[in-house]
Amino acid sequence: MRSALSVAIAVSAYGVSFGALSVAAGLDVWQTCVLSLLMFSGGSQFALIGLVASGGLSAAPAAIAASALLGSRNTLYSIRMSPIIGPGFFKRVAAGWITIDESTAVSTVQPDLQSQRLGFWVTGIGIFVGWNLTSLAGALLGNLLGDVRQYGLDAAAAAAFLGLVWPRLKQLQPVVVAVAAAVVAAVVTPWVPPGIPIIAAAVVALVIGVTDWFGKNEEMIW
Amino acid sequence: MTLWTLIIVASLIVLVEKLAGYLVPPAFFEKTAPRRVSGLLTVALLSALVAVNTVTTNQQIVLDARLPAIALACVLFALRVPFIVVLIAAALCAALLRLAGLGV
Repeated sequence: MRSALSVAIAVSAYGVSFGALSVAAGLDVWQTCVLSLLMFSGGSQFALIGLVASGGLSAAPAAIAASALLGSRNTLYSIRMSPIIGPGFFKRVAAGWITIDESTAVSTVQPDLQSQRLGFWVTGIGIFVGWNLTSLAGALLGNLLGDVRQYGLDAAAAAAFLGLVWPRLKQLQPVVVAVAAAVVAAVVTPWVPPGIPIIAAAVVALVIGVTDWFGKNEEMIW
Repeated sequence: MTLWTLIIVASLIVLVEKLAGYLVPPAFFEKTAPRRVSGLLTVALLSALVAVNTVTTNQQIVLDARLPAIALACVLFALRVPFIVVLIAAALCAALLRLAGLGV
């Protein structure tokens, strides 16, 4: 619960910078709000306004591709969350809507099914409410906030992801995957379109996971 | 294409991507290999997000004040310092370094 709420608050603070940057990119307040309500995926939203800021409507195909590529990891998350959420059509649609980095991450580090569910809903709904309110506030504030980097908020965002992966690094195999994924994502970044580094890192997990490389071979039949 | 069309189309694609994963039958995950892979996927995606948010800016490798901030966060997480305290420490570290004109 505590990690869920602190993640929600930390991420929501970032919504102010999204709202401000969105208006600076040329979107109006309503368009900014629709993005936060409907798309609701920070990376995809930042990618979209970043491309609109640089190329206007001529960058529209690139903006759609970049936000879709960055959003594709949410499919991996929803596959991961599916058995945890359980049955019920409307519940699954609602869960899908708030399936993002943070809600999945907080949920999957919990020890049992009940706290996994609680962690998912508290984080997801908390961020949904917080993110939409703060991106609206940011859009209204416009550029008054200035450069978020001077407050170190970009470093805090990276530290948040680090804190989420940390509890999972207790065996050799996940540590190998984490290091390899981080290196691959960073190294390929200058050479591929936005979003692809994250997908490349997922391929690392697939290869190591399917072959059970560095695993303990605990399922081996003697 | 208007700006509104762009926003609606891109948003719907991202939303459908999220919903798609819930269509895969849950029974698939009762096997050991998919469960192991999906656990490792979480580790890989989060680690990639750490790396991308720490050493890249606008698709370039950029080493700046974020790197010492993340190194500090590593030490603090290893010492079991609470999550939100580590986040504040990392932000302060980067902000102070930039204020001092170090590592921009």
